[in-house]
Amino acid sequence: MKAKVYVTLKPSVLDPQGKAIHHSVELLGFEKIEDVRQGKFFEIALDADLSETEARQAAENIAKNVLANPVIEDYKVEIVS
Amino acid sequence: MKFGVIVFPGSNCDHDAYHVVSKHVGQPVDFIWHKQTDLSDYDAVIVPGGFSYGDYLRAGALAKFSPVMNAVKDFAARGNYVFGVCNGFQILCEAGLLPGALMRNSNLHFICQHVNIRVENGAMPYTSELETGEVLSIPIAHAEGNYFCDDQTLAELENNNQIIFRYCDENGEIVDRANPNGSRSNIAGISNKEGNVLGMMPHPERACEELLGSNDGRDIFRSLTKAIAEK
Repeated sequence: MKAKVYVTLKPSVLDPQGKAIHHSVELLGFEKIEDVRQGKFFEIALDADLSETEARQAAENIAKNVLANPVIEDYKVEIVS
Repeated sequence: MKFGVIVFPGSNCDHDAYHVVSKHVGQPVDFIWHKQTDLSDYDAVIVPGGFSYGDYLRAGALAKFSPVMNAVKDFAARGNYVFGVCNGFQILCEAGLLPGALMRNSNLHFICQHVNIRVENGAMPYTSELETGEVLSIPIAHAEGNYFCDDQTLAELENNNQIIFRYCDENGEIVDRANPNGSRSNIAGISNKEGNVLGMMPHPERACEELLGSNDGRDIFRSLTKAIAEK
């Protein structure tokens, strides 16, 4: 069982790294790019004995307490069995 | 009176803090390895700058799980002094001892330079030897010093006089061009509501000797020493 966790800056928080990436993408000649936001992606391998609900609970706890800082970031958890 | 300087894997301003306390403040001081869980010997604990845990995940994010941090939380809750500088400030925010978060500098650069900061509250334990409005020259050295908090937290910080230092120009004016990293409201340092926990991005321990370009940092340590003595 695997959990995929996506951590992104809250929409209200400025993302200077995303802005710099956006700028570089434009320099490469890509057009019609409105915005780029940077985030983090984690893959957590969980014990196969866990039910999907238990796995989700564990991953949500890890995301909330470790992977994301709730002051500035949101997170999303996906479970892949 | 005894100070402690916490040492995490990756701390690198621990010796500077130790030097300032022993030489310029003239008080006993110990290094405290991050696995220690007893702080009962100490009157104040300094959480120094550096790159604890290599800044992995987020600056300060992993240090908050070090065994010593539970002891630091209890220590602070009992009204003792906890002083975080640079990475120490980031750790205290991550640990929830101070509100807000420190994000990547708005210009994305690691910035290492002397900046001017204005004392916004000269009547708390870390600033009693300073005047409100006084301008200090203190160096910064960070890539994640961009202070962020939401509107409600900012209003609370202002209403409780918890904003202790703001980036300013040489005349003490709080202007955008004096803000090196994009911090909200030019914030360089804040305290908790009770005033016993202080975090700041500039390094006062690097500004205690004329030889190093400024000794404006000394008064912060002198204020803290006085507060401990009077407690």
